Amino acid sequence: MYLPSSHPWMADETLSEHLESRGVDRRTFLEFCGTFATILGLGELATPRIALALQQVRRPSVIWLQLQECTGCVESVLRSSEPSIGDLVLDLVSLDYSHTLMAASGTAAEGAMRTAMRDNMGKYILLVTGSVPTKADGMYTVIGGRTAREHLEEAAEGAAAIIAVGACAHWGSVQAAKPNPTGAVGIRDIIKDKPIVNIAGCPPIADVVTGTIVHYLTFGRLPDTDAEGRPLFAYGARIHDQCSRRANFDAGQFVEVFDDEAARKGWCLYQVGCKGPQTFSPCPILQWNDSTNWPIGAGHPCIGCTEPNFWDTMTPFYQRLPDIGVLGIERSADVWGAALAVGALGGIAAHAAATGVSQMRKRRELPVLDPSAPTSTTGHEGDDHGRH
Amino acid sequence: MAVTKVVVDPITRIEGHLRIEAKAENGMIQDAWASSTQFRGLEVIMEGRDPRDAWAFTQRICGVCTVVHAVASCRAVEDALGIRVPPNANLIRNLIHGMQYIQDHVIHFYHLHALDWVDVVSALSADPAATSRIARSISAWPTNSETWFAEVKARVGKFVAGGQLGIFTNGYWGHPAYKLPPEVNLLAVAHYLEALDWQRDVIRLHTIFGGKNPHPNFLVGGMASAINLNDTATINAVRLADVQGMIRRAQRFVEQVYWPDVLAIAGFYKDWAAIGGGSDNYMACGEFPEGEIDDFSKLYLPRGVIMGRNLDRVLPFDESLITEHIGSSWYEYSGGDGVGLHPYEGETRVKYTGPPAPWTYLQDEPKYTYMKSPRYDGKPMEVGPLARMLVAYASGHADTREILTEALTQLQVGPSALYSTLGRVAARAAETVLVARRMNTWYDQLVARIKGGDTTTFSKEKWDPSTWPASARGYGWLDAPRGALGHWVTIEGGKIARYQCVVPSTWNCAPREPDGSTGAYESALKANHPLLIPAQPLEILRTVHSFDPCMACGVHVLDAQGNLVVEVKVQ
Repeated sequence: MYLPSSHPWMADETLSEHLESRGVDRRTFLEFCGTFATILGLGELATPRIALALQQVRRPSVIWLQLQECTGCVESVLRSSEPSIGDLVLDLVSLDYSHTLMAASGTAAEGAMRTAMRDNMGKYILLVTGSVPTKADGMYTVIGGRTAREHLEEAAEGAAAIIAVGACAHWGSVQAAKPNPTGAVGIRDIIKDKPIVNIAGCPPIADVVTGTIVHYLTFGRLPDTDAEGRPLFAYGARIHDQCSRRANFDAGQFVEVFDDEAARKGWCLYQVGCKGPQTFSPCPILQWNDSTNWPIGAGHPCIGCTEPNFWDTMTPFYQRLPDIGVLGIERSADVWGAALAVGALGGIAAHAAATGVSQMRKRRELPVLDPSAPTSTTGHEGDDHGRH
Repeated sequence: MAVTKVVVDPITRIEGHLRIEAKAENGMIQDAWASSTQFRGLEVIMEGRDPRDAWAFTQRICGVCTVVHAVASCRAVEDALGIRVPPNANLIRNLIHGMQYIQDHVIHFYHLHALDWVDVVSALSADPAATSRIARSISAWPTNSETWFAEVKARVGKFVAGGQLGIFTNGYWGHPAYKLPPEVNLLAVAHYLEALDWQRDVIRLHTIFGGKNPHPNFLVGGMASAINLNDTATINAVRLADVQGMIRRAQRFVEQVYWPDVLAIAGFYKDWAAIGGGSDNYMACGEFPEGEIDDFSKLYLPRGVIMGRNLDRVLPFDESLITEHIGSSWYEYSGGDGVGLHPYEGETRVKYTGPPAPWTYLQDEPKYTYMKSPRYDGKPMEVGPLARMLVAYASGHADTREILTEALTQLQVGPSALYSTLGRVAARAAETVLVARRMNTWYDQLVARIKGGDTTTFSKEKWDPSTWPASARGYGWLDAPRGALGHWVTIEGGKIARYQCVVPSTWNCAPREPDGSTGAYESALKANHPLLIPAQPLEILRTVHSFDPCMACGVHVLDAQGNLVVEVKVQ
């Protein structure tokens, strides 16, 4: 979205006209739409609908606020994979405010944001990374002399859609870990009158951000989500169920300590703390950095970074039995620990235990979206993720 | 002419939230204030946690320099527990950190800094054929063709004509401080675009060894990525070939694009070799251990301290001489504001005493930032690429002497030109060339060890907390892309009792102390520093960006007992 393309999208063009000016033929465009249909979990039948919708959209304004954060989520999006037609996807938007990338600073930067908000009132997409500190009257994050909260509330007012990118924006992430010295909260604790999509992860995979924007442009609404606000097209499956090392788990083949013979055979990392059985994330499917690899593929256990409050609920990271008390699982840590101890001895039993517990969690349906059927965003109904 | 009060907030194209205020008169800056305006308190969050988890928490201090806190944290915990990582793990960490230098510095130059020197709009009037001639005269880079530059020009032209300028909206285009001819502007814009694609490729080295970027995974005691040439899920010949390819492409881009571009652009801004120096003292803790972690004679980039710009004498670096002060910082000390404390005794009670938001000016406030003020032997220090290159140059480091001599000769300036805004830009590019070349050495050593039968990547002996002493403390040092970094950890009963970080941007963005000494940003902004048009503070951005600010890194909180004390008074 930061790239001036060779044939920029003129303000008065539809995407259809824009593509034509770029010499993109119909077949290439449909292939792209098919790819996106797959990423979104919609199946090939949705391709014509995506194509029709994309042809009619106009280039929307995007404002990206960075609040109390580390910029890792912005860096992640800078790494987004780009097939040649992917360039177009990034060019789908006009990135009118980005702290990391914009040329202007100070009043000129703030002026650019205000102009974009005024000219696109009610129509712009708001991306937010970072949390909002609530202690000390918000003075723990001040930008342009105004608090993070004030920036967020002003930008949210005219936004057509709000996308929380990364763990901080939705749960506060690391600065909200106990004892949360600054009172950091996610943006949904501040903005309560609009649906907010949660692109979970520390950081999230860039393609999920892009996919969410395309979903919004295509269907005119945000994607369906699970109870945590995460799009089902990306977070509908547990890592454990998609893991390339699952066969080792099922066969009872575990790494006991890093760099042992089992580690050198790429066996299951459950015993050294892997949180894959408790984590819903697209990591094993999309993988990272042009599908080069992913954490478990590089021999390190999953730390569960797409789950709520993972800095408290998934730590110690290398302990097989995390403190799961605040996960909302109706089973004590002792019982859970006993089940896993059995699992360590035999893969089948462990599998059964893990699956049993997972079924006690809030049920998460796999994406079965019918693009032709009217549906609504599930929002955060029944949210009980145990903020402390 | 009246004194003008200037506020630049937010400073964009950096990591985090930084506010610069200045007083300017007759087109020159008289005084400047750097305010860090974000506070997260990560260190106190780590108290009571497993020290083996610390790398992941501290890594989230910053997602730009995404490996530096993780490695420094591993080194601190390993130092405390007496863990020696296997040579393979050290080489893999060098490769990861080396690629961090390369990718970080290139992104900084093209995407965070270049727009201060390069007028994008001016590129529209460039002759692509002339750009191609210039490009060929300085580099053998294969896309130096007229065709390519014509395509880029057409891109930019249509983008501007499209009316939605996105990130280029309200830029300072046409400002008289822009000096590049249109052809060189076009060259830089073309490489801005190429670098975006390039960085996405070469950073995959992190993904191979650490599973993802940003925030790849590390491990106290070594690395989790096991080596087995005969398995599909491990580091094998296919993975190593990918790594080697990235090293080659990284080196080629640095040598054929980044380095010649910096020298070419610098040639048009030689006046900036006399602007924005400021600092008298420079500190490097050294980086890229090529032997045991405590064998400082085997660091690729040496450590040392230069006082008073005296290049004839490099003092040994001694972490025990570091103290932190709070004369102008929103904190209080139990012993009063006048004392300085070593990080092992560190004490940080946050106490906001500034005005309520919205702010007008902070420059008249006695305290104006969440950044503390570190001192080495009582003196403020500049850290970062310039400090490292000066220490290496003065230490007689052959590779550094060669690359700096090449730059100074080509620009026809003397070594004193390094003490400047332009010197920082050149030093950063020079060390990137050195590190890009050295990556081959570390890669070859790793392959040779594997060939010799050593595939060990992890030291198991002290992984289990039952093997640890009841009490231990350790220091992890690392010279990060932005400068010298230190982590100090105290472990009691298997848990973190205290954790302190003193990071590069704390040194450079430090506020003034009552003795009148100022941190590197503030010193530089007062050093023969112009500001032609206060409403278009392009010159301020040049000098501040030359440090590559990383604000989230710089701010921390923990008192001597490891207890957070939040006492806020809003006036």
